[in-house]
Amino acid sequence: MTVQTDMPRLYLRSVWVPELPPQRTQRGPVSWLRHNLFSSPLNVALTIICVLFIAWVVPPLVRFFVIDAVWSGTDRQACLADAQHPTPGACFAFVRTWLSYFIYGFYPLGQRWRVNLFFLALAFGIVWLLRLSAPRRDIGAVYFFVVLPILSFVLLSGLPAIGLTSVPTSLWGGILVTIVVATVGMVVSLPFGILLALGRRSDMPVVKLCAVIFIETIRGIPLITVLFMASVMLPLFVPERFAPDKLLRALIGVALFASAYMAEVVRGGLVAVPRGQYEAARALGLTYWRMMALVILPQALRVTLPNIVNTFIGLFKDTTLVFVVGIFDLLRTIEAARADAKWATPTTSIAGYAFAAVFYFICCYGMSRYARGVEARLARAGRR
Amino acid sequence: MENRPASPPANVSRQDVAVEIIALNKWYGEFHVLRDINLTVARGERIVICGPSGGGKSTLLRCINRLEDWQTGRVIVDGIELTDDPKQILAVRRDVGMVFQQFNLFPHLTVLENCTLAPVWVRRMPKQDAEALAMKYLERVRIPDQAQKYPARLSGGQQQRVAIARALCMNPNIMLFDEPTSALDPEMVKEVLDTMVELASDGITMLVVSHEMGFARQVADRVIFMADGQIIEVNEPKDFFDRPQHERTKMFLQQILQ
Repeated sequence: MTVQTDMPRLYLRSVWVPELPPQRTQRGPVSWLRHNLFSSPLNVALTIICVLFIAWVVPPLVRFFVIDAVWSGTDRQACLADAQHPTPGACFAFVRTWLSYFIYGFYPLGQRWRVNLFFLALAFGIVWLLRLSAPRRDIGAVYFFVVLPILSFVLLSGLPAIGLTSVPTSLWGGILVTIVVATVGMVVSLPFGILLALGRRSDMPVVKLCAVIFIETIRGIPLITVLFMASVMLPLFVPERFAPDKLLRALIGVALFASAYMAEVVRGGLVAVPRGQYEAARALGLTYWRMMALVILPQALRVTLPNIVNTFIGLFKDTTLVFVVGIFDLLRTIEAARADAKWATPTTSIAGYAFAAVFYFICCYGMSRYARGVEARLARAGRR
Repeated sequence: MENRPASPPANVSRQDVAVEIIALNKWYGEFHVLRDINLTVARGERIVICGPSGGGKSTLLRCINRLEDWQTGRVIVDGIELTDDPKQILAVRRDVGMVFQQFNLFPHLTVLENCTLAPVWVRRMPKQDAEALAMKYLERVRIPDQAQKYPARLSGGQQQRVAIARALCMNPNIMLFDEPTSALDPEMVKEVLDTMVELASDGITMLVVSHEMGFARQVADRVIFMADGQIIEVNEPKDFFDRPQHERTKMFLQQILQ
């Protein structure tokens, strides 16, 4: 059966359609609201619920932490309710008074410039290494992974030979300890995690077995347990005077723990690299290590960058657990300071914790933003 | 004398042998994928391997640079016997270029960096020399203007030509092509085949797994037909296409030429 139409069998285009700019959709705030907030009954309901929720939660928070907050004072009197302030807010005067303790712990007053110098050197290294447009990032890497650790150790721990009195780690505390633990954990876990991931995918059965046992054992144990084992069990096997420093033990524990997690993250990236990439690299005569360093890992790490940063963020927050083995990280110093009878008010603790929250948030959100920036840049370059 | 169906012309001496494969057998688990392969390729010979898919063509090709290993038999490339010794394997791979069906360019490197990677890191060539060499071969495959782009920005045909240039940058004696045009859009097949024809006229030893019969007729010295893991028929292209001998060959040619 044929369909009867008036259409001719042959069609030839007679008018050429020129390239035109795209049609403008409606713009302006009203159109945006209708499109995004009130597009359907469900959307309208959700919008109203969210607005009510925000109206319920945000004003009291702002009042407590900003409007009614007490920013200055010399003792608890400033933060107590009186005729002028019937409902005092967060007692940030307490944070201001104790701030240097939160940053340096019991680090000797006269030596604190060393900590400041360490912060500066670290910030310099981070910027050099992470700014994609920075010059000579290869030297930056050497600085960060070789020069900086040695410099930091000498600065913080001291070297009497060059006139830096030694400061035992039991005096370190606060943000200094948090930064040291987190940085060491990250800097160690990435290379070790990569090695473990390669080991796990190795053709050599013994290497593979060792990697699997290490990764699965550590992943099967909570960080607190690893820390307890590192600080309590180690001295049982080693005579006390040879036993490594308490902070060092915790650092080793954190680094081992982070490496195991990093190994799994990197392995995910390795799996995502197509087999053809391995074959092309091998067909060109590259050795195993060159193939990994030049072809496979650059791609694998790029794919898995969001996961790596996610692990780093988790690690950064996990560093608070070192308090269980008696190390004074930021949170522990706040815990200690809020017991100060001179500042005992109902809002002291809240102010202290809010300070910790803001500090952790700034650090973690910074990492997150950086990762997003790099991802966007890579996507723009069209390299994937 | 045992049955050696794929020997080169009798007057070829040992120095002129590029690839020698003797009684090669390979299994994937229970599956006998290569069965008693004997093949000698003379220097400068251009060989096209065709046959139904799953017949072992690609596997055989990949044994020549040891991307696949095997259970019994010997493979000797450029006088170097491929054993488990990594040194021998690397030596062979340095001498043998390979072009893949899926191009397998390194997506995180520019076209130029793709081409200079192996010369710099395997041959230890200074960067400037490697770049000059790369530009020479990129000009030969007619895409020097794309050198600074990333592979994802190139068309399939361009990517495959870059892959050819990348392999040539190692100055290989032998080139392996594993279905180089199968993943290409039809209008890009010709540009890649033209590049390969040009290469063939240079006298480099070529082994090509391909179904491009026009290419086989034009440049091949011998055509090998493989099916079920075996070499079924070997002949000069004219006779191979016009007077196939084996039933399997006739059937295959009928099907693809229909």
